[in-house]
Amino acid sequence: MAATELKIVSNATCTFCGCVCDDMELTVEGNHITKAKNACVLGKAWFLNHHIEERPIATIHGQPASLDDALEAAARILANARYPIVYGLSDTTCEAQRVAVAIADRIGGCVDTTTSVCHGPSGMAFQGVGEVTCTLGEVKNRADLVLFWGSNPAESHPRHWSRYSTMPKGLFVPNGRKDRTVVLVDVRRSKSAPAADIFLQIKPRKDFEALWALRALVKGVEPEASIEEETGLSLEQLRDLAHRMKTCKFGVLFFGMGLSMTRGKHLNVEAALALARDLNEFTRFYAKPMRGHGNVTGADNVVSWSTGYPFGVNLGRGYPRFNPGEFTTADTLARGEADAALIIASDPMGNFSQPAREHLASIPYVALDPKETATTRGATVAFTTATYGINTPGTVYRMDDVPIPLRPAFESPYPSDEQILSALERRIRELQQHRANGAGH
Amino acid sequence: MPELFVLIPGRTARQGTTLNEGKFTAGYVEETSTVLMCPDDMKRLGLTPGDRVRLRNEQGEVELACQAAKDGELQPGLLFLPYGDASSRLMGGETHGTGMPTSKGFEVELERVV
Repeated sequence: MAATELKIVSNATCTFCGCVCDDMELTVEGNHITKAKNACVLGKAWFLNHHIEERPIATIHGQPASLDDALEAAARILANARYPIVYGLSDTTCEAQRVAVAIADRIGGCVDTTTSVCHGPSGMAFQGVGEVTCTLGEVKNRADLVLFWGSNPAESHPRHWSRYSTMPKGLFVPNGRKDRTVVLVDVRRSKSAPAADIFLQIKPRKDFEALWALRALVKGVEPEASIEEETGLSLEQLRDLAHRMKTCKFGVLFFGMGLSMTRGKHLNVEAALALARDLNEFTRFYAKPMRGHGNVTGADNVVSWSTGYPFGVNLGRGYPRFNPGEFTTADTLARGEADAALIIASDPMGNFSQPAREHLASIPYVALDPKETATTRGATVAFTTATYGINTPGTVYRMDDVPIPLRPAFESPYPSDEQILSALERRIRELQQHRANGAGH
Repeated sequence: MPELFVLIPGRTARQGTTLNEGKFTAGYVEETSTVLMCPDDMKRLGLTPGDRVRLRNEQGEVELACQAAKDGELQPGLLFLPYGDASSRLMGGETHGTGMPTSKGFEVELERVV
């Protein structure tokens, strides 16, 4: 038996979360990563647990199937559907996302990504208010006031602070953390709280009210005293924060799903974006979403440059239409509208609402995933795919819309999402051409 | 008698690490099936760590183990539950025209499982 090959992959990219840290040093033994230097606790779990599992390359109704048979079955499901949906895409490469959009276009379906149940409302707010934006590099080099609102980076984005936002020494913040004030606003005193200079524990579902009061204070308008009872924050705390925001040199508000998932949703985010915009009358101020999955930002970019809209797009009329609430997957499933689905690298059977899950379970659907999930278990046709970034090269976008290349660690016996989707797109096209020719005779 | 609480589902580091090990692993299932409560609420309701509680709303109901949050982590009346199957079962399908179901800060009834 040959000795296990040992190699080091430098400057590899972690695709677990939206930080997309690209300074990993991976030790690879055969088809296992045994060390992931520089990775955070989440990154280590990502790299060390994505080894090759003994699973069939594809299944049809849960039974092992050949790749060709599975592609044929999947293509027929999608080509024969009247209102198909394509969903997921945040944990795969931009190259695969692009093919998924092409499939949605070809079958006249909806294309939607996990953005819709993450920062989809933020996407709506960007359209309503605009986005005062910057890169994490600018934050690293310039920010002296850093706010996190409704987000818990210590557990969700562990290296955000050390690599980008609060700890690093930058061009205009040479002393790193000492040159910055860090503020955390959250309903829960999370593990991020001890690392902040100021922690404001807000009442649940009162983010909009607090942000609007801050907008007023920034403009020199005193809110009513009832704001204290309303939000759980004292006027003194709000005045202090407004003053810090107006007088900083470079401020940034990173907002999490505490805003986008809570009642008010896009309105909460609009308030945050409007506050950042207002502050530019006094100083430089930015607002950025804390994005979750490794390439959810890439999904927004690819769907945007392909269709003009970031998520929740319907291509049924031959041109793109955008309507969150109508073409978004939580809705097309919960309302029982979709009659077939293509799910790529996501687990709606594990994390969607019960009515949505029940409907997905009742329709034929195709799933692509490197791991077994509730979604692959229930799929009519499931494909086991290589893991992006670990087995396949490609491009992903960091949460600040900066594209980053992937450097894979070892080859997988399974095909990539892009390969499966490309084969599926070809076969769907053939079936459609065959049908068109048949109809012509 | 069930009491009304506000539930905040969210991420934890352990939810994230066990997610990579697999969603059917004991670690992931345990992490996503344990609700954190304000210690004062637990004391008032006579709950001790590990006791089973039932969370219910118009969407569904789940039975979970409860644990005490750290002092000051959760205000009275708040619950925290790592994202997973249980939190999703309590989430509605209505998105109010946004595509996003209200997934944080929604009301649930809590009672001890006897």
